[in-house]
Amino acid sequence: MGILEVKNVGKRFGGLQALSDVNLSIAENTVHAIIGPNGAGKSTLLNCLVGKLIPDSGSVMFDGQSVLGRKPYQINQMGISRVFQTPEIFGDLTVMENMMIPCFAKRDGAFQMNAIGGVMGQKDVIERAEAMLEDMNMADKRHMHSAALSRGDKRRLEIGMCLSQSPRLLLLDEPTAGMARADTNNTIDLLKQIKDERDITIAIIEHDMHVVFSLAERITVLAQGSPLVEDTPDKIKGHPKVREAYLGESQDAA
Amino acid sequence: MLGLEKRDMMLLVIVFFLTMFAPFILNPFPADSSLAQFNAGYPDLMQRFVIFGIFAIGFNILFGLTGYLSFGHAAFLGVGSYSAVWMMKLLTMNVIPAIMLSVIVAGLFSVVIGYVSLRRSGIYFSILTLAFAQMSFNLAYSVLTPITNGETGLQIALDDPRILDGANAARYPNLFGAEMNDATTLFFGGWSFTFSVGYYVCAIIMLLAFYLSIRIFRSPFGMMLRAVKSNQQRMNYTGLNSKPYTLAAFVISGMYAGLAGGLLASMDPLAGAERMQWTASGEVVLMTILGGAGTLIGPVLGAGFIKYFENIFSKINDNILHGWFSFLPDGLEDFIVAIIYPFIGKGWHLTLGLLFMLVVIFLPGGLVEGGQRVARVFRRRDVKSGDAELDAAKQRPNTPAE
Repeated sequence: MGILEVKNVGKRFGGLQALSDVNLSIAENTVHAIIGPNGAGKSTLLNCLVGKLIPDSGSVMFDGQSVLGRKPYQINQMGISRVFQTPEIFGDLTVMENMMIPCFAKRDGAFQMNAIGGVMGQKDVIERAEAMLEDMNMADKRHMHSAALSRGDKRRLEIGMCLSQSPRLLLLDEPTAGMARADTNNTIDLLKQIKDERDITIAIIEHDMHVVFSLAERITVLAQGSPLVEDTPDKIKGHPKVREAYLGESQDAA
Repeated sequence: MLGLEKRDMMLLVIVFFLTMFAPFILNPFPADSSLAQFNAGYPDLMQRFVIFGIFAIGFNILFGLTGYLSFGHAAFLGVGSYSAVWMMKLLTMNVIPAIMLSVIVAGLFSVVIGYVSLRRSGIYFSILTLAFAQMSFNLAYSVLTPITNGETGLQIALDDPRILDGANAARYPNLFGAEMNDATTLFFGGWSFTFSVGYYVCAIIMLLAFYLSIRIFRSPFGMMLRAVKSNQQRMNYTGLNSKPYTLAAFVISGMYAGLAGGLLASMDPLAGAERMQWTASGEVVLMTILGGAGTLIGPVLGAGFIKYFENIFSKINDNILHGWFSFLPDGLEDFIVAIIYPFIGKGWHLTLGLLFMLVVIFLPGGLVEGGQRVARVFRRRDVKSGDAELDAAKQRPNTPAE
């Protein structure tokens, strides 16, 4: 029984069957990659997991509880954090403030009317945020306007913000999309480090095969809205069906 | 001190002294000099400065922090005024119950309007609030005449019940007997300074309101409101429900508006529907943006600025202009007066509009940003060697400080 169980999920947009009969089980403390060509339904599947979309059929269970019908903030409070394709951070706020907000959410829940006590008096939140910035090697940038960070640092900050809540499942949507090679490698190193140091399950949607094969322990290949195969990276590499889905028939893999 | 950081405490102290000594500061010219018309130190205008300051401080908690632009806040101002007058008709001429009721009623009213309007964001939110305010305005004018007294406006009358007041109680709004329009005038050489009870009541309430807004700005709640403005998507995926946060901000700013409305009615026990009109809602938007949305002191500055223009610039007529330029040759005098005339007197809106455009284009942070730029120029001159410090200042993000 995995920490996340997706059963028979289907989703239709008008005439397009984006997902049909998707079954997926993500085991605890693994890195599970979901790959597939453009239009395979990867992002739709992810949106069904975090409450942005509600599937037409099937069930999504996280740690024995259904996530269907819950709002994104409720799903986050259950222990699922999401990293976006383009880093979503609080651009008007400083790096430190960015880090404090998820810590407040973790401590106080979805809404807390704390309008009188000063932010600077919240020692536990400040400590937690400072420690996370240290972990992310961003402590020297804490007073910077987060909009002024580089693309790689924004990604780092976003991942740090998710981790500061100690989620049980971290969902990454193409974390290296549009990144230069150096930034991509930095992100891979960061994710490897996270995987080694923390009790966390990571699900990653990715185009970049270099990233996928450096990180993943299990890979699910999605094509035309349903899972094609699920296996270890070594098996997936040489799998004829995968080659077919990606490259068309009788072509050599690049 | 008072739970504030040093910088905020300084700001509060400065505002405290400015408001307490306003009767001196705003009357810099001798009463019989030709410049006396620029004096703003008379009670009625000073009360407007601080009351609209409160209105703008509250509006800024919604607009400055969350970015939700309400075009209907005058509705809460009007509701506050009506509630206060009713309290003075029914219970007592003491202003305390009147002000309390106006805050409560405006708060309840803003819960309803906020709950509906906040289902949408951006322009749709603005339109919804505008629609609600115009609806309230029209209702006050027509159907609700029994409560609002329609076009005439709600007034107090001698035969009102006022069940808590005895036969010999004060007939004017008062604070435990001290009537709001009581004033003493201090003559000092050619100068005269007026101290009125009403102004000081308003000023003290404004200081409390300002202090509370600093606390809100610096609280975790204030940080969440800035998060709403910055990125709601990230907020929702960080486990925070943005809706109650925005509603709370809306209700708090509605209560500030109700407080301002209650004070207006306490200074002059009269409430009319025009106080709810959309122009009044627009005015508080202008005040906040002109002064600097999202800054602490900006809205107060903006309110003072606009009220000063409205009351002082609008009084300059062509005779006064001719007086100023009488030293010039006749033809030139007429020419200059003809050029300036459209911008003063009834044309003060034109000047205000131009200023507003200049501020929005060149100083998006409002008058506060203007002040910061001036301060930076001086600092650069003073500390030529301290370049490192200056660079640090440049890198520092614009926290909602000054």
